[in-house]
Amino acid sequence: MRTLYQFHGGIHPPTNKTQSNQTPIKQAALPSKLIIPLHQHVGNNARVMVEAGQHVLKGQLLGAPEGHLSSAVHAPTSGTITAIDMQPVAHASGIPDLCVTLIPDGRDEWIARESCCDWQGLTHTELRHRLRQAGVVGLGGAVFPSDMKLYAHKHKIKTLVLNGAECEPYITCDDLLMRERAAEILLGVEMMRALLYAEEVLIGIEDNKPEAIDAMRAAVAAGKHERMEVIAVPTVYPGGGAKQLIRVLTGIEVAAGVRSTNLGVQCFNVGTAYSAWRAIHHGEPLISRIVTVTGNVGHPQNFEVLIGTPMDELVAQADQLPDTSGYIMGGPMMGVLMPSMQVGVVKATNCIIAASSKLFPKAAPALPCIRCIRCADVCPAELQPQELYWFSKAKNLDKAEDYHLFDCIECGACSYVCPSNIPLVQYYRFAKSEIWAQEAAKKSADAARERHEFRESRIEREKREKAEKLAAREKSAVEARAQAPLQPAVAASNPDADPENTMQLKIQIAIDHAKEQAAAIKPKNTEQLTPQQLAEIADIEARRARIHELAKDTSDGQP
Amino acid sequence: MLNALLAMAAIAIALGAVLGFAAIKFRVEGNPLVDKIDAVLPQTQCGQCGFPGCKPYATAIAEGAADINLCPPGGEEGIHKLADLLGMEFKPFGGATVPKPKSVALIDEFNCIGCTLCIQACPVDAIAGAAKQMHTVIADECTGCELCLAPCPVDCISMVPITDSVTNWKWKYPVYALNLSK
Repeated sequence: MRTLYQFHGGIHPPTNKTQSNQTPIKQAALPSKLIIPLHQHVGNNARVMVEAGQHVLKGQLLGAPEGHLSSAVHAPTSGTITAIDMQPVAHASGIPDLCVTLIPDGRDEWIARESCCDWQGLTHTELRHRLRQAGVVGLGGAVFPSDMKLYAHKHKIKTLVLNGAECEPYITCDDLLMRERAAEILLGVEMMRALLYAEEVLIGIEDNKPEAIDAMRAAVAAGKHERMEVIAVPTVYPGGGAKQLIRVLTGIEVAAGVRSTNLGVQCFNVGTAYSAWRAIHHGEPLISRIVTVTGNVGHPQNFEVLIGTPMDELVAQADQLPDTSGYIMGGPMMGVLMPSMQVGVVKATNCIIAASSKLFPKAAPALPCIRCIRCADVCPAELQPQELYWFSKAKNLDKAEDYHLFDCIECGACSYVCPSNIPLVQYYRFAKSEIWAQEAAKKSADAARERHEFRESRIEREKREKAEKLAAREKSAVEARAQAPLQPAVAASNPDADPENTMQLKIQIAIDHAKEQAAAIKPKNTEQLTPQQLAEIADIEARRARIHELAKDTSDGQP
Repeated sequence: MLNALLAMAAIAIALGAVLGFAAIKFRVEGNPLVDKIDAVLPQTQCGQCGFPGCKPYATAIAEGAADINLCPPGGEEGIHKLADLLGMEFKPFGGATVPKPKSVALIDEFNCIGCTLCIQACPVDAIAGAAKQMHTVIADECTGCELCLAPCPVDCISMVPITDSVTNWKWKYPVYALNLSK
């Protein structure tokens, strides 16, 4: 029996998982249109590879990864691209972002897939490249490009943690995935283990999912996976946070500002392992995912959904109840309210909760903090949420940072227990994004200062160089004149002694130089002229001479 | 008596020598306060303060020749920071200086005649182009100083305010309407 560890705090909200985990995963119906954002991952936007009006096949590349940290986006079904424009996306801000709109043709026709039956035959670089090109990102919610997490050269990875804890209430997508597709998850994990040279694999699943634990244990035994263990962890929110799960399984505490890989642990979500396997073994890019549809619906359940499916079309398939007021993406603790009901499902969408005033009554107004410190008791990051709240509220951002604001994982446990109903996490989010904005402003100010100083020094240098050049030219000219006694005007006097003469000399040199230059210029295209052109030129010259005459006359005529 | 005087004099000479040595050895080039003030200023190099750039303004503040409320791009927050740094009281903006939303210059490339006047005016080299060639603003480097607007002979440069996007969006300060019904 493995010894498990504990992390600080945590809460036990009602799990509300049984509503949606009773039925198997259902394939969602093909929607009328797909709205696919090009920025579904951490990192740079994907570069658009298609045009409006173009017909695309299922799995065809819509957006190619751009830069070091980026991922690809693919067409989830075959059809026609009708628009590439700014549309509302699944983001808390409600600000539109670049999306590809695809109208499915109903044929669901695959592009040629590069399947690979023996991934062991591929180099690790090739494997990572294929994962990047297949758009595989972390499906636990962070959507970090997975290929970036599968480098092993810097630190020795001892333990690969597979996260099947799924601690947020309502969400059951990982639960169902583990129940139904355990074997493929484990094949994906083996591939990840090979890429990281990890010794052991620990699969953490909360003990409120006995079916998933049994299915995964059976798959481990059936697949003869060695040094791989399925571990039931206690159900406590937020036990599915990467740092918290690593702590429970290995006892390692990942300190502030330290990556778990530095301590020999890497962590992936079960869905990511499954997608990685589909990408490598079947050549299928990440174009669909399991989404829990629950809350204010008649039949809460899990669907396999194409990325880009409008949320209202998806929720309708679970029989949305009429008093639904909006959709929450994610769980009730960390989820965000969607700006519109028509936004497309993205790679980060693990759950859609149809919200209603009955399900989530309006929160009571916030009261003053009474310093009961219950928030500090439940904080899994062992912070002092009450201090952070005061500093964030007072916009005392330096102080908030001193109290390790950036260790906050925004799990919402503090807000959950707060007897004064203070929306604590909102204050932390505000403070964090304010600090980020200030840092960005500072960085651009530093860049501007550098550019300005460079410009100043360049202008200074150019001025100096010009002066030096002029001085050198003058010197050489004076020397040349001094050595040429034939010039009577110059030879008569001593040019070095009399500044007046030097000036005249300079002017003389300049005039001579200009004359030379003028003499050197010859009119162009005058060699082969037709008699007609010559006549025209003569005519023009005559007119010019006449005008000169006239001008002279008028100027003479004036008093 | 004499011994005491000699001892005191010797100590004074020794300490004086140490101080004199330290003054030469640890001499600081320039005024460190200027750099500290310059670090707080937004580096738009716009000259709206009346000085030809952020560094000259910082120098003027350090010398006490300029007030701390003359920098519109820094905003009220900038004045607060300067006040904190210098141990002064906060002052509201003085005179005609009013902060504007942060903007970047945009050249109407259809009307640009390629005169290079804006390139020469740009304090941070954020305009690319050559004589009789179309110019364009490198938006990432533009500080929004508006110094390119005046020299343009065809008025083809406009200031475009920076709008919120998914990448630069910020969570708002939690504000709730008061329930005054009761």
